[in-house]
Amino acid sequence: MKFDKINRRSFIKSSAVAGAGLALPTIFTSSARAYLNEPKGSTVKLGFNVPQTGPYAAEGMDELRAQQLAVEHLNGEGDGGMMNTFSSKTLKGNGILGKKVEFVSGDTQTKSDAARASARSMIEKDGVVMINGGSSSGVAVAVQGLCQEAGIIFMAGLTHSNDTTGKDRKANGFRHFFDAYMSGAALAPVLAKAYGTDRKFYMLTSDYTWGWTQADSMKTFLEEKGWDMIKDVRTPVGAGDFSSYITPVLQSGADVLILNHYGGDMINSLTQSVQFGLRDKQANGKNFEIVVPLYSELMAEGAGDNIKGVYGSMNWNWQLDNPGTKAFVKSFGEKYGAPPSNSAQTCYVQTLLYADAVERAGTFDPCGVVAALEENTGSIAGIDSPSNKGFMFDGMGTGKTMYRSADHQCFKDVLVMKGKESPTNKYDILEIVETTPVSNVWYEPDNEMFGGKDASLGKCNSGA
Amino acid sequence: MTRLSRQDSLFLLLVVFLTLATPILLQPFPEGSSLAQFNAGYPDLMQRFAIYGIFAMGFNILFGLTGYLSFGHAAFLGVGSYSVVWMYKLLGFNVVPGLILAVITSGIFALLIGYISLRRSGIYFSILTLAFAQMSYNLAYSVFTPLTNGETGLQVYGKDPQYLMGPNSPNSPHFFGLAMIDSVKLHLAGWEFTFNIGYYFTAVIAIIAFYIALRIFRSPFGLMLRAIKTNRTRLDYSGVNTRPYMLTAFVISGMYAGLAGGLLAAMDPLAGAERMQWTASGEVVLMTILGGAGTLMGPILGAGFIKYFENIFSKINESVLHDWFGWLPHGVQDFVVAVINPFVGEGWHLTLGLIFVLVVVFLPGGIMEGFQRIWKAFGRKSVDSSAQTELNPAE
Repeated sequence: MKFDKINRRSFIKSSAVAGAGLALPTIFTSSARAYLNEPKGSTVKLGFNVPQTGPYAAEGMDELRAQQLAVEHLNGEGDGGMMNTFSSKTLKGNGILGKKVEFVSGDTQTKSDAARASARSMIEKDGVVMINGGSSSGVAVAVQGLCQEAGIIFMAGLTHSNDTTGKDRKANGFRHFFDAYMSGAALAPVLAKAYGTDRKFYMLTSDYTWGWTQADSMKTFLEEKGWDMIKDVRTPVGAGDFSSYITPVLQSGADVLILNHYGGDMINSLTQSVQFGLRDKQANGKNFEIVVPLYSELMAEGAGDNIKGVYGSMNWNWQLDNPGTKAFVKSFGEKYGAPPSNSAQTCYVQTLLYADAVERAGTFDPCGVVAALEENTGSIAGIDSPSNKGFMFDGMGTGKTMYRSADHQCFKDVLVMKGKESPTNKYDILEIVETTPVSNVWYEPDNEMFGGKDASLGKCNSGA
Repeated sequence: MTRLSRQDSLFLLLVVFLTLATPILLQPFPEGSSLAQFNAGYPDLMQRFAIYGIFAMGFNILFGLTGYLSFGHAAFLGVGSYSVVWMYKLLGFNVVPGLILAVITSGIFALLIGYISLRRSGIYFSILTLAFAQMSYNLAYSVFTPLTNGETGLQVYGKDPQYLMGPNSPNSPHFFGLAMIDSVKLHLAGWEFTFNIGYYFTAVIAIIAFYIALRIFRSPFGLMLRAIKTNRTRLDYSGVNTRPYMLTAFVISGMYAGLAGGLLAAMDPLAGAERMQWTASGEVVLMTILGGAGTLMGPILGAGFIKYFENIFSKINESVLHDWFGWLPHGVQDFVVAVINPFVGEGWHLTLGLIFVLVVVFLPGGIMEGFQRIWKAFGRKSVDSSAQTELNPAE
């Protein structure tokens, strides 16, 4: 090796390099920060990740409309909607913590991969502090996992599988929508009352996570009521033609058909079952019946007349008679000319709940928001359980509702719906048969259907 | 090993430069300006450029050289992803064991599928590969749920064994301690550049993959593959057994896809069944044809083009358009927005489709042919190395 003598030229060169080296830390910022995507200016960005293409696109667009409405209300435009009826009074219509709310939207395509790509670009490029929306449990679980890893809050949209707040629950994720367990618990008593206790049922089930948890729940609760399951047949998602699955139903000895399908699948399977004349048939000396455990307005519209007299369950419905619902339906209807669907209501409420939690926490730091949403402000009357505690709120259309701290699942009354026999207009297709009180659909956080004792939220992650 | 020709070395250097400078090149607009919307220099998208570049490069070894159109390459992509996530679950978050396993399993898969599918050629070959890929997709989506976690996608849970996880190991994918999600941000005047470890990791692998592809293109083996594309019957008549060559090309191509799939899971620890769906297989065909099948650089450009559209164009929604055209009088503004709106946002597929049609009709050699024509128009007789990499349209 050979060392050169230091001459003037090399001295200048090396001091220039050293100077640049010293200056570097001032222009580079490493990953050290208080928390991920801390809003520094006068605005804060929220990410709305909904399906805009694919089988659930209609639901997704309705969610996006509701989210836009929520942003308007938060910024003090429009009539304020549910902000006027919400029991927590921290939201003043001046944005969140005085920062104007902006949003970016993305397309989940109802695929876990695409949803995560779109969510990552919102986090990395647009710098969002919260992601809301989605119309499928697979997507919700995937995006929830991503938000947990990255360190922002995920407010789930329409996701009904037990897993979202069951075995896949995460500290940074929150679900307002109800789940398959609650559907089963709410539907079974109503079905037993309407159709008797000695029924034999046959199920067609979408062959993926949501379908399985839905089928599990229905089987458990119906067998408790004395019904017998003949068979549970798995059908591929997006099958289109269900005739080969429906033909064997009549010969099977069953007298009730349960369709654990959603979206386009449900429209097709229900329509085809009705066209096959199932509902005009007699089996075991009784009228043959069809049940669709999870309803939505958009599906009901798609199935048309076939839905008449068919039972199902819902998280919320625009026909409910309470101030929150009325305020929301009014401002949504005035803006878009149609009543909101229940997935729209969930996304709207989730956005407001997030904003409120930030206000109460006084920071956008995800861990502060988690603590605010876990804050113990009461419990549901009539349930004696140590896990019965969490953030209680009212005036959001679903009565007294609790975000349970133990698993970040909302607990509220469940609606049992029926297709209306004589609808008066094109939105008036479902009627509320019964409002099942929350105490009837309650379960413990360590329930076997929800991952048992192994399931845990883990620690909140702020991405610092 | 013979040395690369001077042109190829220059070409390789150019690719290395472009790859390493991507975080700066893709961020041409200052933060906060109205054009910042078009910046693509954030980690997720840059990683995708590199990864899908590898995927398309591998696909091009099969399709570009031999002309055999596989419609089932997504199956290997999925297999690669599942391998990596399983290694996370069993061993720990270091990506190396997973990536090695991804290449091996996808190679075995390709050997099996290729052995059967290559008994036929032309459309029958395409259909066979498509059938296998759809079979894999459906198996992964439902039947093999214990192995793949079905629709939800395979993820790492707290209760997984992770035998090699030390107490101080990062809790996300890493390369011997360098976490993939870590970035350094550089603020210069109004610009913001993100240098992400995950991107540079994929970029280095992409450069190695590119070098290997370059060697294959220039080797006698590559020449044999081109001969198969030109006239397989003739080779058969002259007593050459082409099947081993075809199978080798298929397996190499499958391993590239497996590597790409593995890298996808290395950047984001989730493996979903949709990765195996036929749309994903179709996407790589589009990338290759759009960029220029049979050229070295084309498929990589095609991959970048499509991913850019998918991630940037799809984000332009109605309110963004109103912002842009805010200077127009109200009525005109609404009209302009109404005309443009179907082509952006969720309508990005439509725009991409139109561009694809235009490219196939007017530039059968893809984007690369476009470059070559521009080059010629500037009066250069001998074309530069990057444009000279044989320009053979797909068919």
